[in-house]
Amino acid sequence: MSAAASRPIATGRSATGMPTGRLAVWWVIASEIVIFGGLLGSYVMHRLAHDAFAQQAAHTNTWIGAFNTFVLLTSSLSAVLAHKAAEEGNGTKAARFLYYTMAGGVVFIVVKAFEWTSEIQHGFTISSNTFWSFYYTAAGIHAGHVIAGVVIMGIVAQAARKNLELQRVELIGLYWHFVDIVWIFLFPLLYIAK
Amino acid sequence: MIERWVPAISSYAADIDFIFDLIFWIVIAFWFLLVEGVFLWLILRFKKRAGVPAQYITGELASEKKWINYPHYLVLVCDVVILAVAIRVWYEVKQDVPPTDETVRIVGQQWAWSFVHAGADGRLDTPDDIRTVDDLHLQVGRTYEYKLESRDVLHSFSIPVFRLKQDAIPGRVVTGWFKPIKTGEHDIQCAEICGFGHALMPGRVLIETPEEHVAWITSHSPSGAGE
Amino acid sequence: MVVQHASPAHEHDAQHARQSWVRHYLLATDHKIICFQYMFTGMALAVVAGFFSYVFRMQMAFPGMNVPGWGLVTPAEYNMLVTNHGAIMIFWVAMPVLIAAFGNYLIPLMIGADDMVFPRVNRLSYQIFLLSVIILLVSFFVDGGGSAGAWTMYPPLMAKAQYSMTGTGSSVFLVAIALEFVAFLLGGINFVTTAMNARAPGMTYYDIPIVVWMIVIASILFMASVGPLIAGAVMMLFDQQLGTAFFDPDRGGDPILWQHLFWFFGHPEVYVVLLPAIGITAEIITVFSRKKLFAYKTVLNTAIGTGVLSFTVWAHHQFIAGIDPRMANIFTVTTLIISIPIAEMMFVYVATLYGGSITLATPMLWALGFIATFLIGGVTGIFLGASGADIYLHDTYFVLAHFHYTFFPIAIIGTYAGLTYWFPKMFGKQMNETLGKIHFWGTFIPFNCIFIPLFFTGMLGDHRRIFDYTYFPELSTPMLENLRAFATISLVVMLGFQLVFIYNFVTSLLWGEKAEKNPWHANTLEWTADSPPPHGNWAELPTVYRGPYEYSVPDRKDDFWPQNAKS
Repeated sequence: MSAAASRPIATGRSATGMPTGRLAVWWVIASEIVIFGGLLGSYVMHRLAHDAFAQQAAHTNTWIGAFNTFVLLTSSLSAVLAHKAAEEGNGTKAARFLYYTMAGGVVFIVVKAFEWTSEIQHGFTISSNTFWSFYYTAAGIHAGHVIAGVVIMGIVAQAARKNLELQRVELIGLYWHFVDIVWIFLFPLLYIAK
Repeated sequence: MIERWVPAISSYAADIDFIFDLIFWIVIAFWFLLVEGVFLWLILRFKKRAGVPAQYITGELASEKKWINYPHYLVLVCDVVILAVAIRVWYEVKQDVPPTDETVRIVGQQWAWSFVHAGADGRLDTPDDIRTVDDLHLQVGRTYEYKLESRDVLHSFSIPVFRLKQDAIPGRVVTGWFKPIKTGEHDIQCAEICGFGHALMPGRVLIETPEEHVAWITSHSPSGAGE
Repeated sequence: MVVQHASPAHEHDAQHARQSWVRHYLLATDHKIICFQYMFTGMALAVVAGFFSYVFRMQMAFPGMNVPGWGLVTPAEYNMLVTNHGAIMIFWVAMPVLIAAFGNYLIPLMIGADDMVFPRVNRLSYQIFLLSVIILLVSFFVDGGGSAGAWTMYPPLMAKAQYSMTGTGSSVFLVAIALEFVAFLLGGINFVTTAMNARAPGMTYYDIPIVVWMIVIASILFMASVGPLIAGAVMMLFDQQLGTAFFDPDRGGDPILWQHLFWFFGHPEVYVVLLPAIGITAEIITVFSRKKLFAYKTVLNTAIGTGVLSFTVWAHHQFIAGIDPRMANIFTVTTLIISIPIAEMMFVYVATLYGGSITLATPMLWALGFIATFLIGGVTGIFLGASGADIYLHDTYFVLAHFHYTFFPIAIIGTYAGLTYWFPKMFGKQMNETLGKIHFWGTFIPFNCIFIPLFFTGMLGDHRRIFDYTYFPELSTPMLENLRAFATISLVVMLGFQLVFIYNFVTSLLWGEKAEKNPWHANTLEWTADSPPPHGNWAELPTVYRGPYEYSVPDRKDDFWPQNAKS
């Protein structure tokens, strides 16, 4: 019995006109926006109230942050290309572009690992002061979402390679763009505003 | 209503009692009795009776909607009235600090209240300040500014007979005021859960006549005689 | 690969014959089974939280007594009991039963679908929820015991083990809460997507039964409000375990930040649980008064309006917390304004009874009981929303009585209303009416006897979370002691009557009279399926031709008109 046969009829319906999967992913993104919004809002309020923050922020490495931004943006581009290939019905090509996106995610995490190791060795730990607490917490939760995204993307790519569940390529792409956009907010807040 | 059981001992207690009473008359004596009454009447009036079908009412017609809209607007009017009085009382107690005669420091900690009274010179943070634990000594008719602090976690300074309550936050000094208007001895509570000993930090406020108060200051001055 | 289906139910039944007990019940993806999983888990935890309330009320009414079933209650244990009573009732009883259980059961059936759109995500939601339950229970057995700083978990008390003395328990508790939030986020996405997309042909937005709308709006409210608290919970956990100082004023942090993050969620949360209960009430009062819901669109608009406004009121929990006093003025205005759409909703429900033909069956008693008591909760909220009055009433038993007059109707009365109403559909049997009525009055009257006295103890100065009032001379009067004792005895009586329900439930399940498809002669789609519905719900999925409340339509033979009836 294939997965499609045991799927309820409900899943295939579309009273709104939008496919169910896409509708669901937008709702996921909406709730994630509020999570990150709460965290970043707290960060901004703290920052405005404490001048010491700006001093601590000077110690983040803007070049590494910029490089990681470039990596994520490029990986989002390959996610778009994966979606285009999926629309054309070319599962193998879509899977390949998804693998490039995953590689981008992995590079992001590896660079971050080196970045954090260096910062910790210099004495900037999560409990050093409130700036660094926010820094590691916000970037950490974001990194968790990157890792989760890479894993899910792997599962989607595996199926896409066999031309199965191609509609999921767009969905994981949407999620990936969201993860990207969160970073686009984090980068200036943590690295540029000094 | 509150004053029937809890005496009103501060200058603004009567105002807080007033807003409480106003709200009571509007939302309980009027709205609650009206709506609950109509509700119960409808249940009895429209119980199922043989041969009498229910009516088909959509609630979309203007003649039907007006039964909702008029009460709806009345609720709005009532809210505005309540707000006007409530905000005035709030402003009086929490925003508009009048000229004060003396300052007292109130410190909450796990698990006791301690107080720093200004002493004979009437000024805080001078050598003749009197420190006590549990007991706050005040002179009736004097307007006090309080500086509220916490040594550890959140506490809340509460004197029901004053109708006063204010959270104490570690790392901050919160300022407020009160004016006791009758002599007597009353409870001080901590009104914010502060650990296992939350119920074990009651205090007492002792409101004294001028003579009693001066006598207490004299016998408790740190540089003079007495404890 | 294209697979032909003779009919969805047939195909699923064929699969089902091969499913073991484990796959059918334990690893269920069927929304109806998942409903029962949530429901029974929630009800089991209600017993735990109810037991806690019995223990701490006995201590309060008779300080120092050896409470039967517990023993002596230490101040530390007392704080743990009140903390977990509140947290469990909100997060592990009200939410799973009202939203996850009823939502799971009703949404597919009432919109004419064969299941939720993502059955496996549905299963995952329950599994994560169950994990949160297990972790919560673990918190009671770790060193130092369970979390004991109130369900609101204010720092610095909760952020530092040296203050709370429950370092491990508090962190375990936070992990349980975080998992519960994730479970409900996943569940909410399923509910909203299903209701938006999987409706039967012909079912427009205004043909959706109100209870489905309410659960969907509640899910959206939850998803929109919980984010900041998830962020806050992570920050609190890090303060507890990693030495960060988000909320530590000694090191640049701010304890009030937690309060804002918590209440920004906390206030919409009460509407998250209110809306499903109010939806259940709508379904029942229309059926049992044989009347169309008065102004359906108004009900919808007030629900949405309340939901939106609920994001603007949160700091009324913090009037005297040390926020800028000018902010209090803003929040007292928004708080009183939110009373307007809620009042309107109450008026509309009352208006629905006008011109009806009312039968006081057990479900109707519960639904009417909800309106009667929620009204008290609503009006007493005005005292607390008015900043000037709140100076005195904050942290007193007046607050407690207010929120029990809202939460109890929501979580307990609403649940019993839904259970007695949908029991025939869920289990294919009828419950005993006489026992149902005895249970109703045995709950309703004692409930009022518990909490009306507590309005007065609050007015007289009883503050919250106090294990022993004998330390306060002005609170040790005979009048207060009698009020507290009376409330406590009433609680014991009320808890005793719940045994009637359990007996009724079990015996009806096992030996009750068989229920027909539509014993209440209702219009909504679930009553056209078998009692209980099979996997896939219908052999042929229905089409919808009208709204859900066409009762007593003039010139028709029957006083009801099912949504899927062609004529």
